[in-house]
Amino acid sequence: MNGYGGTILRVNLTTGTITRQPTPEAVARDFIGGRGFGIYFLTSEVPVHADPLGPENKLIISSGPLSGMLAPGGGKCDWTTKSPLTGGYASASMGGHFTAEMKYAGLDSIILEGKSEKPVYLFIDDKKVELRGASAYMGKGAIDVEVSMKKQFGEEFQIAAIGVGGENQVLYASINHDYGREAGRGGVGAVMGSKNLKAIALHGTGSVTVANKDAYVKAGKALYKACKDADNIAEWTRYGTTIVVSWCDEVGALPTRNFQAGSFEGGKTLYAPVMREQIVITDKGCFGCPCPCGKYSNVKKYKTEVEGPEYETIGMLGSGVGLTDISDVAQANLLCDDLGIDTISAGSCISWAMEAFEKGALTLEDTDGIEMRFGNAEAVFAAIKKIAHREGKLGQLLSEGVKRASAKIGKGTEKYAIHIKGMEQSAYATHNATAMLISYMTCDVGAHHNRAWAITYDLQVGRDKVVPEKVARVIWLQNFRPMFDVLGSCRLQWVELGIDRDLYVPLLEAITGVHRSWEDMEKTGERIWNLTRLYWSREIEGFGRDWDQPSPRFYTEPPATGTTAGQITKPEDVQKLLDMYYEQRGWDSTGHIPPETLERLNLKEFSVH
Amino acid sequence: MRLYADHSKCSGCNACRVACSLNLFGVSNPKMAALIIEPHFPAPGVYEVKVCTQCGDCAKVCPVDCIQQNDKGAYYVVQEDCIMCGACVPECPEGVMFMRAELVPNTAWECDLCGDCVEVCGTSALWIAEKA
Repeated sequence: MNGYGGTILRVNLTTGTITRQPTPEAVARDFIGGRGFGIYFLTSEVPVHADPLGPENKLIISSGPLSGMLAPGGGKCDWTTKSPLTGGYASASMGGHFTAEMKYAGLDSIILEGKSEKPVYLFIDDKKVELRGASAYMGKGAIDVEVSMKKQFGEEFQIAAIGVGGENQVLYASINHDYGREAGRGGVGAVMGSKNLKAIALHGTGSVTVANKDAYVKAGKALYKACKDADNIAEWTRYGTTIVVSWCDEVGALPTRNFQAGSFEGGKTLYAPVMREQIVITDKGCFGCPCPCGKYSNVKKYKTEVEGPEYETIGMLGSGVGLTDISDVAQANLLCDDLGIDTISAGSCISWAMEAFEKGALTLEDTDGIEMRFGNAEAVFAAIKKIAHREGKLGQLLSEGVKRASAKIGKGTEKYAIHIKGMEQSAYATHNATAMLISYMTCDVGAHHNRAWAITYDLQVGRDKVVPEKVARVIWLQNFRPMFDVLGSCRLQWVELGIDRDLYVPLLEAITGVHRSWEDMEKTGERIWNLTRLYWSREIEGFGRDWDQPSPRFYTEPPATGTTAGQITKPEDVQKLLDMYYEQRGWDSTGHIPPETLERLNLKEFSVH
Repeated sequence: MRLYADHSKCSGCNACRVACSLNLFGVSNPKMAALIIEPHFPAPGVYEVKVCTQCGDCAKVCPVDCIQQNDKGAYYVVQEDCIMCGACVPECPEGVMFMRAELVPNTAWECDLCGDCVEVCGTSALWIAEKA
């Protein structure tokens, strides 16, 4: 099959059985790859109400038709599973070189099933696939494991590993690859840990066939040229995602002390030029990327190296916890990556604990004696270590995520547990940004930004406006942007460099032999989006409108300081946004997909389980 | 003319190596490229790029004279004449004369200065210029 590795690799950790099946042509036709494959296999194969951390859950790793090819940013790898954090759908996108290597090993998806009795790692060298004992690696950091395995197997091997956070099944444990590229969100690392799988070492030497080589090279080069010709490529590449720190601070979107405000008085020392000057040493790219957002840093203060911090981490483990020194943020980033926990959820949990501590809802006894105050870098480092090890009262409490932690503590702390569907909100404050708010409320994994990064549209249209156009924009972005995760490539060339997305159409056709316009792909995107919604409905008793509600902070507590001081979304507007969203999606007022919409999207076969 | 690389600008993306393998063998396979990116991570955190300097040491030892110069002055392997003796590989001071029978069973290979790597490099880490 042109453009594909051609094989779905199944690894049953319980029995040790390894099987290969040809990638089903119908699945490639309807779901294309990447997160499309992920939700297809998750919905089709994981039993209803499976325990996310039990052997019945599966961890599905997928490449896409652009992965490993002459395509800008063809290095995106999808990790889909049932989330232990939310109980619903999880799909974490990881950059780096893993997904390209999958293609060279002939693999479109790796499906990890069951649970190993003993710790193991998965070794893949082209057709040679083995489960090997991992006792020697247990308790080690994810970065240490990568160093060891690269030394043992060679630089050509690509490694994905969990840290102790994954081993301890912290509900937002991550999977680290390429020294700082993470499959971060939703607890994919906890699922890997629950299967007793410490790492995957992967090497492939094959080539992927294409439908029309000459057209492929021509279209691939045209995309690279468009990227290189973009006016802002030099500035973007110099700073990567950190370029938005100052912008978010100025417009009141920078999470400040657990989203109590959207502008940070200490923010300027976290801005991109300061970071570049103080710690960045190398631009680090994912596979095939002409405009690498990865900034690799040497942190003299701690004598450490780390990829990042990127914007989200600066927001959540910088301004979010009140830190002003970029070196402290970088060190917190490194601890999270090596210990294997998501920087976004970790930052949210720590900032929640700091607010609770300062308000007296948590005491020194609850925090194991740590002064959990905003701006205390040592407290941040200590909390990260405790979370990853599930150590002490604080570590136990925060390792379960902010929804469970606040439910356990009570005392009004639920009101400032900033999450949706149980997933901690990423780094955009939404007191007065209604498009971004509805984007978070309806995101398919919980409060994550990257499906519909609509905050610039708020500024364009009028941030407090609640109009159908905003909702339509969010739905369009939700249908369209995740298609890059389906194709196995990065969206940032389109988002940040503004290259013409139609340039991808001839490339995809030359690779796969199938013509798909963006209109076609948006239809696939809409179908996938609805399928993820169906998954939530089938897994969670009583799922519906209540699960799409944002943190009350964004409609009851106007910030006291910063650009958005005194500004807030009206409670009735939150519901109005949801009404408009459901109507435009063709869902009913409870947030469920009615039969006629299922029929229109040809999803009826997936609705009965 | 020869290919030059600035390590400090390389981000390790490997687009150059995909383009290279497409030029040399018509496939997308960075392991069949004629330049090397050696990542040095986690410390010191730099990418080392190794490229052909067109020194010609490979051609001097080829027993069947299958390493010729093209119209750009670049040494290249006449694939049908290569006997896979491997004599050229250790002669290359940069380590960019390749022979990997498991990947390409019938020939050694090296940079022929096609320039496709330069074309796709987004960070201007590669360029072709006169030999110094």
